[in-house]
Amino acid sequence: MITRLCLLAAALVLTGCVHNSTESALEVGSNQVQLRQIQSRAFDTTDKTKTLRTVISTLQDLGFVIDKADLELGSITATKLDGYALRMSVTVRPRNAKQLLVRANAQYQEAAVTDPAPYQSFFSSLSKSMFLTAQNVD
Amino acid sequence: MRLLSLCCLAFLVVGCQTGIPEDALALKPDSLERRQRESRRFTGGKEADILAACSGVGQDMGFTIDESETKLGVLVASKTREASDAGSRFAMALLFGGNAANSMDKSQKIRLCIIVKPVAGKEGQEWVVRATFQRMVWNSYGQLTRLEGLSEPELYQQFFEKLSKSVFLEAQKI
Repeated sequence: MITRLCLLAAALVLTGCVHNSTESALEVGSNQVQLRQIQSRAFDTTDKTKTLRTVISTLQDLGFVIDKADLELGSITATKLDGYALRMSVTVRPRNAKQLLVRANAQYQEAAVTDPAPYQSFFSSLSKSMFLTAQNVD
Repeated sequence: MRLLSLCCLAFLVVGCQTGIPEDALALKPDSLERRQRESRRFTGGKEADILAACSGVGQDMGFTIDESETKLGVLVASKTREASDAGSRFAMALLFGGNAANSMDKSQKIRLCIIVKPVAGKEGQEWVVRATFQRMVWNSYGQLTRLEGLSEPELYQQFFEKLSKSVFLEAQKI
């Protein structure tokens, strides 16, 4: 019985992480709406350029090196190397007439970061630099 | 046997997990010190001129430009260089064999990011330039051995000395 259990467990160990790797391309996290809430905050400003510049300096404070920046699209991509590779994209776009929506998504090594805690840390650092409160969005 | 099955189950539970370090996106106590080390203030000129001077310094040091966005004061450049010289690899091979020599660092890609930002309240007159370096190192087997940000103060000191000269040369149109 134990031998069978062992064999079963060993087989699962070998195949547990195997899946069709092309499925990753269109993979969406467990809950798309929840993920957007975790990754987004609204700020009471309409100054896109200043917000993007603040995002850049916050990322630098956190040890990131900027990879790409685009004012038109409102996007910044950066990478942090500290024994690991952490890549992050931040987009800034108007939410309404008085607010901007900042969304960040991170990739740690080869996996998407879906845990809320790192995003809370990021937005807390960003709101300190912006002198504005990061507001949760519904 | 029971131990083996427990080990297998433990692998099952932790095998696919990868975790981001808790403080990866949090400000650290040395953030301010690092910002000061990586930044210098420049007076006069236009933002685009300062950025051009930065790109000149990058080129002086052999970097090639990967990305730029003038409207946000962003310049990203990189260079690939040997991480250890052929002489020391040869000596290592002679003393400890080919495997030891191959596991030594062979090549490295150094990335440089320069951000020019207007000083709050003095827009159009004063600028803060912040430079950050990081590098990836591979051994002779092509394995990535190091991923790190560079924090040596001398590196930044020398960079800004070169940049000060470049800003002057740019202003004089040399």
